[in-house]
Amino acid sequence: MSPLAASLLKVAACLGLMLANGVVMIWMLRKVLGHLHLRYGPLEAGPSGIFQTTMDVLKLLTKEDVTPNAADRALFYVAPLAVFVPSLAAYAALPFAPELRAVRLDAGLLYTFAALSLVPIGILMAGWASANKWSLIGGMRAAAQQIAYEVPLLLSVLPIVMLVGSADLGRIVEAQSGVWAGFLPRWFIFDPLLLPTFVVFAVAALIETNQTPFDMSEAESELVAGWATEYSAMKFGLLFLSEFSNQFIISALAVTLFFGGWLLPWVPESVSVALAPVTFLLKTYVGIFMLMWIRGTYPRVRIDTLMQLGWKRLIPISLALVVVMGVVIKALPALARVVG
Amino acid sequence: MSDPRYEIYEAGLIGEGMHTPPVLPAGLRRAPGGVDGLRTEHLVVNMGPQHPSTHGVLRMIVELDGEEVVTAEASIGYLHRGIEKVAEHRRYDALGTLMDRGDYVAGIMGELAAALATEQLLEVEVPPKANWLRSLTSELNRIASHLVWFGTFGLDTGAMGQFLYAMRDREALLDILEAISGQRMMFNYVRPGGVVRDLPPGIDAKIREFVDTFENVYLPEHDALLGGNEIFQSRVKGIGVITREQALAFGLTGPNLRASGVKYDVRVDRPYAAYPELDFEVPVGEAGDAWDRYLVRMEEMRQAARMIRQCIDGMPEGPHMAKVPKLIKPPAGEVYAAVESARGETGVHLVSDGSEHPYRFRYRGPSLFALQALEEILPGHLLADVVMIIGSTDVMMGEIDR
Repeated sequence: MSPLAASLLKVAACLGLMLANGVVMIWMLRKVLGHLHLRYGPLEAGPSGIFQTTMDVLKLLTKEDVTPNAADRALFYVAPLAVFVPSLAAYAALPFAPELRAVRLDAGLLYTFAALSLVPIGILMAGWASANKWSLIGGMRAAAQQIAYEVPLLLSVLPIVMLVGSADLGRIVEAQSGVWAGFLPRWFIFDPLLLPTFVVFAVAALIETNQTPFDMSEAESELVAGWATEYSAMKFGLLFLSEFSNQFIISALAVTLFFGGWLLPWVPESVSVALAPVTFLLKTYVGIFMLMWIRGTYPRVRIDTLMQLGWKRLIPISLALVVVMGVVIKALPALARVVG
Repeated sequence: MSDPRYEIYEAGLIGEGMHTPPVLPAGLRRAPGGVDGLRTEHLVVNMGPQHPSTHGVLRMIVELDGEEVVTAEASIGYLHRGIEKVAEHRRYDALGTLMDRGDYVAGIMGELAAALATEQLLEVEVPPKANWLRSLTSELNRIASHLVWFGTFGLDTGAMGQFLYAMRDREALLDILEAISGQRMMFNYVRPGGVVRDLPPGIDAKIREFVDTFENVYLPEHDALLGGNEIFQSRVKGIGVITREQALAFGLTGPNLRASGVKYDVRVDRPYAAYPELDFEVPVGEAGDAWDRYLVRMEEMRQAARMIRQCIDGMPEGPHMAKVPKLIKPPAGEVYAAVESARGETGVHLVSDGSEHPYRFRYRGPSLFALQALEEILPGHLLADVVMIIGSTDVMMGEIDR
């Protein structure tokens, strides 16, 4: 197979996964929220309404695609793509199994974050080009939020990179193999030094995915639909899809970094490897369920509280954690190796 | 200015005698003193009438400096149906129907205000059972109304779940009210002279069961899910402060006034129906912020549940309707009757000229006064707070626009 064909095939595979995820997650969100809210969620289309999302996609495809007269037409068209493409690109480095990933990157972690951090540019474009004041406020909020939270998010994963000595997601997973004290998996979440890191990562990740309680940029009760107000039909579908895709990626990253990725503890390695993709997806979906649970329960924080949390708390805390990890690795290498 | 949004000004479409074109396009105003000589502008946004959280069709014209509110102006009238004028062509027993459509979330209390005013004109003595039934249904309706407020307040903060939990409780209440009156919202239950029908058999047990569940399960659940949430508290504490003086000056009544520390309740100070015989407390706040308004309303629900139990236990026997002529023609005169509705003092001012139609019907809706206070307290808050403050005052467009 020529390299070009192989690449195209990989892109198609990522796209397929992204679309499948989108369909499953939207259905799941409706079911989870429904049951959290004393409702049933979709019921009619197929058993338990599993085809509801498919029907909705069909509906979105047939809807009129409205562009506001005052909109900046070029930007208005490009913005959904600028949100969608980085979101798709972020799938490339995710390790679903030891050898199952689109590309093996030495800086896979950095690459995924880089791809994700392009999303707000698209959001800002959408907010500006819509010629709608709510969209504008939403876009501005997204930009401010992004700057405030990209930093702690990246800093919070730095201790892991320092410990493992690599930013390759596959090697990070491999470093978590085996059990500790006979039964506890050697996942980084159980490492006392990395637990605070996970807390910082979780908060920053919630904000990164625009989830309640931090869904500032589209805060429905404040900004109508935020930056997506003017989008309709499949353009809206793309925005919606990439939002879900980002949740999947963040959840997959959390699984990779803290919950042992594809590893299945307490079983022989051959079983673990054979079940790797299933394990990985299951773990990721547990993470997604947690995100949805939070979304269905919590109220939204205020934008100024959010910014203060980012600049005044999370950045100093994550910096301190980096320093602590550095000191431990240099001064007490024995301790670092034991817990790592 | 090449922005197509402002072409209307450039093209001179707004001509002489219609409107003076502003120097800057409408919606943009130059703020003095930007950073480093950069020009900054205030943004004027229309919150509503089609906005997810302006509860009905309220339109707030909010001028923003970044996210901060500089001025806020309420624009009302989107739900105007001319209730006061229509009433001049209705008979006295039909006034309750109109009041139902005023404050449509707490209809019984509006009906009661109209009925009380008519009875004053007629000088009719209402049988005790009717009075007790009026108090019972009023308190049931008060809980239902406060639950709507609670649910939408939760929605305003972004907590979706609370709304559906509140609707679950309200559904049980509406079932009870439907069994009593035959309707879920537009009850038309309270009429001049009494109430239209007696309690249906077996409803006592149903009401008792609801009150027990409400007090022991639902209310603690609401308190834990929303009131006990730290994020929620950080959102409501200290915002939207209405001082005691402001509250009095704006003529606020009801929970909004009591949250500001003034103990005024029509049920206590100008008693009507069976309230003199009921034992209940009037919760009063201190700071007058959104959090106090929240606490006062939650406590009111608790007190209402207490009163409902008392009403069921102490329900007297006897007729539920006084002898009132079919065609009510009260003697000429002028009266004012008020009730403590879920939002404050709902009053009806009736002028009779001796005919079968009122000469003048004036509806005092407490939300209108709360809305006026909003314009003064909103500036200085963030856009996110605007939603919370509007939510905390529980304004009801039906009775503002009439």
